[in-house]
Order: sequence, then structure tokens, then C-alpha cells
Amino acid sequence: MSGTYLGMPAFPAAAKEAVGNETLRANLRHATHTIRDKRAKAVAELDDWMLLREAGKRIKDHTLRHLDRYLVQLEESVTAAGGVVHWAADAAEANRIVAELVKATGESEVVKVKSMATQEIGLNEALEAEGISAYETDLAELIVQLGDDRPSHILVPAIHKNRGEIRDIFRDRMGAWGRAAPEGLSDTPGELAEAARLHLREKFLRAKVGVSGANFMVAETGTLVVFESEGNGRMCLTLPETLISVVGIEKVVPSWRDLEVFLQTLPRSSTAERMNPYTTMWTGTHDTDGPSTFHLVLLDNGRTATLADEVGRQALRCIRCSACLNVCPVYERAGGHAYGSVYPGPIGAILSPQLRGTGSEIDASLPYASSLCGACYEVCPVAIDIPEVLVHLRERVADQGGKGHRLEKAAMKAAGWVFDHPRVLAAGEKAASRTRRLHPSRLPGAGAWTNTRDLPKLPPEPFRDWWKKNRAQDRGKGARPAGSGTQGRDAHGPGVGGPNSDDRKDSGT
Amino acid sequence: MRAALFVTCVNDAVYPSTGIATVRLLERLGVEVDFPEAQSCCGQPQFNTGYRRETEPLVRRTARAFAGYDYVVTPSGSCAAMVRQHYPAFGDAAATAVAARTYELTEFLVDVVGVTDVGAYFPHTVTYHPSCHGLRMLGLGERPRRLLEAVRGLELRELPGADECCGFGGTFAVKNSDVSAAMGQDKVRNAVSTGAGVLCGADNSCLMHLGGIVSREDAPLRPVHLAEILASTEEEPWS
Repeated sequence: MSGTYLGMPAFPAAAKEAVGNETLRANLRHATHTIRDKRAKAVAELDDWMLLREAGKRIKDHTLRHLDRYLVQLEESVTAAGGVVHWAADAAEANRIVAELVKATGESEVVKVKSMATQEIGLNEALEAEGISAYETDLAELIVQLGDDRPSHILVPAIHKNRGEIRDIFRDRMGAWGRAAPEGLSDTPGELAEAARLHLREKFLRAKVGVSGANFMVAETGTLVVFESEGNGRMCLTLPETLISVVGIEKVVPSWRDLEVFLQTLPRSSTAERMNPYTTMWTGTHDTDGPSTFHLVLLDNGRTATLADEVGRQALRCIRCSACLNVCPVYERAGGHAYGSVYPGPIGAILSPQLRGTGSEIDASLPYASSLCGACYEVCPVAIDIPEVLVHLRERVADQGGKGHRLEKAAMKAAGWVFDHPRVLAAGEKAASRTRRLHPSRLPGAGAWTNTRDLPKLPPEPFRDWWKKNRAQDRGKGARPAGSGTQGRDAHGPGVGGPNSDDRKDSGT
Repeated sequence: MRAALFVTCVNDAVYPSTGIATVRLLERLGVEVDFPEAQSCCGQPQFNTGYRRETEPLVRRTARAFAGYDYVVTPSGSCAAMVRQHYPAFGDAAATAVAARTYELTEFLVDVVGVTDVGAYFPHTVTYHPSCHGLRMLGLGERPRRLLEAVRGLELRELPGADECCGFGGTFAVKNSDVSAAMGQDKVRNAVSTGAGVLCGADNSCLMHLGGIVSREDAPLRPVHLAEILASTEEEPWS
């Protein structure tokens, strides 16, 4: 993926900074809660939502199972319709192909439709190194590009910026990239949008080459589909003479019928709309309309390896809707940059370590960037069981035995042994209970817990001791049968402490 | 009706009052309760942290400890979810059998015993946090609320953002302690905003995390497990 993410610190370190940034947290809280609530309403309108979700999952799984066949069919269809198909095994190859295609046109600038695949491979930076300027035309991507920033959300890449910050970026940076922002630009949405419109219009009318991704590719006809809201995509896909689309191989679907499902689930899941404002579909080239040259670059870049993993492959169902980001309590507090990838949030935490491997510090930390609350799985329109994949990837990271994991493994093994030997466990509990008055509520070295939280006070005796004194005699050895099930046989219950109160009594008889 | 209590390791060692309350509650409803002493930990901490092999002995132990019982009842949505959702994947027949017979306490009360009014008395204002594994993995739905609503004297206050995670998440609480604490602090703030004196939950691991924040911040809340509220009666009130 993009070189800008190399050397990122592990997730917890990056997240710590975001958690301490009150403005960022307020921005993210407001934005994610707004879209989260809207999505819930949009989804609730459909009685058959769960069926659509299941259908989407099955279409994707079926396609992935026969990916080889559908990709070849897609290549044939695109070629027959007048397009040229290129295969790129990794980011470097994809970048090289696109750069050569642009150079062959004699042009030195391209306009871009918002695309995750080109972000993933760092295409803009690669083109820049070849002397080609790539202009982002999606409003939020424009803000990110002008601000020399990184996207922090799949759908709303500038979610971490507020209006004032955007006004400053437009005022200070637009001039260097083309038409400058109007004098006296305010931070009202209308004025900001108009400034972007004027700036971009020049680029649309001048550009001879457009670069896009695609949300879907239909194998049977070779049709590519882009869903968007602003109309900038429609401009880039229709005005230039040459169109180059870089698309992940998992974006293929067998037929137009399959689109019916995603046309319903994607807009509702991402922007909470019944239908997105612009859906552009194109099939090869036409003599009288649209680009006269069309290239499709099919991108692997770790996808085949991901497909080989029986548990992890479900991540390839993703349709990049962002619903999991918007509902994630960790994303809401850590922000998108902490994930060290163009794919942040829960989906990023399972996608990046699979596409890039778990070798780097950031990638090895991502599977742990979740409390496993399951909210992401609940909202996913293609039913990716993100918690399942997270746990699966934690196994992979633990197995590779990197930093800290050898010690952790030993501790887990030791804890497992104690729990497998109840007598040792009981002795330990007893000892802990007996010495409970000596336990401090903050422990040196346990700062990860006690910096923000007190430790619970331990009770005078563990439950199993209470059981032995009060019930076990009725039950033989406490296992198996008999016992009358009546009340009032207790020896008077000991005062058993609760979490915060030593005097919290059991409601004893 | 006979049921085995799966008290969970956290309740055994740290919150015995929840185990005792569960025993008294079930006995009051005419359920004969056993406590197989061979039980220990379900293995969730190991499993969720990526140590599947280290989980296996605990899965086998738990499966053996509860073999032969028609009902295994646990006052923890999280541990119930571990057994029910993940045990079958370990390829151990006994573990798969136990998975199908394991119930979280509110499920057992509402679905098996068939009660929502358990005859409890708890004259306090309460707000309820539905822990994630109970809410999403088990689909407990309205069961805890229906049980609480039937408690005499209890005034239930709506918790804003109730279905958001409290930030405990097992080893997440220490591996990502800053995010975890931020989530917990928001949850406590929301609970305090209800004006309730009691923060009720059905998972003591979440309440341990939230209780730790409540205690550190001296917030006017007492975290109490749902079982203790349901066990409380006029004759033997919780205090």
C-alpha cells in the first residue's frame, strides 16, 4: 500500500494521541453518530434487509469461489467491448502499467474519481515520480490532497477536518494546484462547495485522461459500475479521451441481476440513501460518446493470498460501504489515521494485515484494535464476521511470536494450566482473598489497567468455598444429583464484598 | 428441574455474591442447582487473544465438568457466548453437547423456566447496560429488560447509547488501554446522566471495568449484577 504509511507506530500508540485530542473526538463523535443513526433508519425501511444481506454474502462467496472463471469471462467481455485488460500482481506493477499508459497518451495530468484501489497502491505518488500530476476530484479527497494529508475514512476521507480547517486549506493551497479560492472565502458549506466546483471545473474540461476504480465489474457484459454522490465521477468517466480503471479482482460479480442486490444495500449502508445520486455504468468504448480508449487494470496486491485463507477470505466480500467504521466505538475514539492504512476501522483491521501481511508493527497490532463488541458484523451488508477474522488473525500474530507475544503465550499457558488444575486455582483464590486488605487499588507495572481504573476489591472467600460450606453437604461431593432445592439451609452467609464496596452483603438468609 | 451452575472464573474469584445470588434466585424458582466443582474457566481470554491451542484443555475440562446436565446456567453473557458459539468448532463431541445446553441466566429464566416476574423487590433507580456478547452473540434482546421491569420497587432509567460497547473487551482493556478507558468513561458518563443510583449489567467483567472507573472517578453509581437484583426480595433485600 501507500508508502506514506511505512513505519507507522503500532495502533495503541497512534490511538493514544487521538484519544487525547478533544477536537478530533468531538468531530468524529458527531459525524459517526449522525451517519450511524441515518443508516439505521434507511435500513429499517426495508422489510427484506436480512435477505438482501444474505443474498449479497452469497453472491460474493459464489464469485470468490469461482473467481478464476469470472475474471477470465470479464476479460473476454471487456475486450469484446473495445477495452484493454491488464493484470497487475502487486502495487508496483499496477503503478507501472498506469504510468506507461498515461505517458503513451503524451499527457502529464490526469483527473481522478475517488478510488480506494488507487489509494491502496499509492498511485498518485507513483505518477508524481514519473512527472504526472493526478488531481483528486472528489470533494473530500481534494481536501486531503490539498492539505497534504491522509484519508481517515473510506467514504468520508476528510472526516477528521472541520469547516474552518477546510476553508484554510482551500484559501492557502488551491492557488498552487490551479484556480485559487475566491477572495474572502467563508466556511459556509455553500461557499466551500462553490470554491471546489470552480477549481475542479477547469480540471474536468482540460483533462484528456481519467483514472478511476470501480465498485463492481459485471463479468457477463464487461460493464464497470461506479456509485457516487457529487457528479465528479460522471465528469471523469465521460469527458476524457482515455479512461484507465484500476480495480481489485474481488470486485467482479457474475451478472447484472446481482447488481440489483448491491444497488439497494450499498447506498443505504454507506450514505444512508435509498439510492445514490450518480451511478455510472460503462461497457468498453463507443465511437460517438465517452472515452475512445479504455484500459482496465485488474489488481491482485495480496488478494489471492487472502482468498487462500478459509476464515480470512470473507474480508474480500467487502463493498467498501463504511458502515462498520461509523458504528465502531474504537474507530470513533482512535480516528482513521491510527489504523495506518487507507482502510481504517474494523474492515481495515482485518483487511490490511491480510493484504500486507503481519510483518510490520502496525499490521501486527491491528487485529487487537477491537473489543470484539460485534457492532461491525451486525451492520455489515455482506455479513463479514469481522470479530471472527480478528480472532483468527490474532492467532496468526501470536504464532509468529513477535514482540511481547512469547511472554504472553507463556502467561496464557500458565493461566490455562492453573485453570485446568482447580485445586491450585482454589488455593490461589483463597490466598488472594486472605490477603485482600493488603491489595492496593493501583499497582505499579499494571498501569495499563490502573492508570484509569481501580482494581476490584477481592471478597473474603471465593464462591466455591461458600458453596462447600452452604450447599455441598446436600449434594454428595457437590457434583451430580439430588438436593431438595428448598430454601433456608444456608449457614448464615458470609459478608461477601462487591466490586466497590466491602460492605456489599449477599442477600443472605 | 435441575441445572448446573457455571459460575465463571471471574465470579468465583472476584464476585461470589453474583454466584450466591444466582443460586438463591434459581432455588427460589424451584430449580435444583448443582455446582460441578471441576469447572474453572471457559477459555475465552486465551481464545480471544489468539491462543487457541492453550484454550483446548479448558474447553475439554469445561465440557467434562458439565457433561450429563440438561441445563448449564451462567450469569455471564460473554462466557455463555464463548461456550455456545465457539465450543462446537473445537471438534470435541462433549464440548459440542455442552454448547447446545448452555444458557445465559436471563435466557434460562425467560425461555426455560418461563418467568419474567421472579418475585424480586429492589427499591432503587436502575439503568441497564446490555453487554455486547449477550446483546449480539446470544441475541438476548428484551429478556433482561422484561425481568427488570417486573421487579417491584425498581425504577428503570433509559441508558443513552446503551448498545455501545463499554470498552472492556478482555485483553483489549490492557492492550488498548487508552481507547478502552475512553469508552468506559463515556459509558459511565451516560449512566450518571440518567440519575440512576445503580448501574446494572449481566456480565461482571464489564462491570469490573466500569466499576473501576466509577471508583476512580468517585461517580455516584453502584455497579450491580442483574442476578443480585433479581435475587433481592422484601424479606431478604440486597444491600
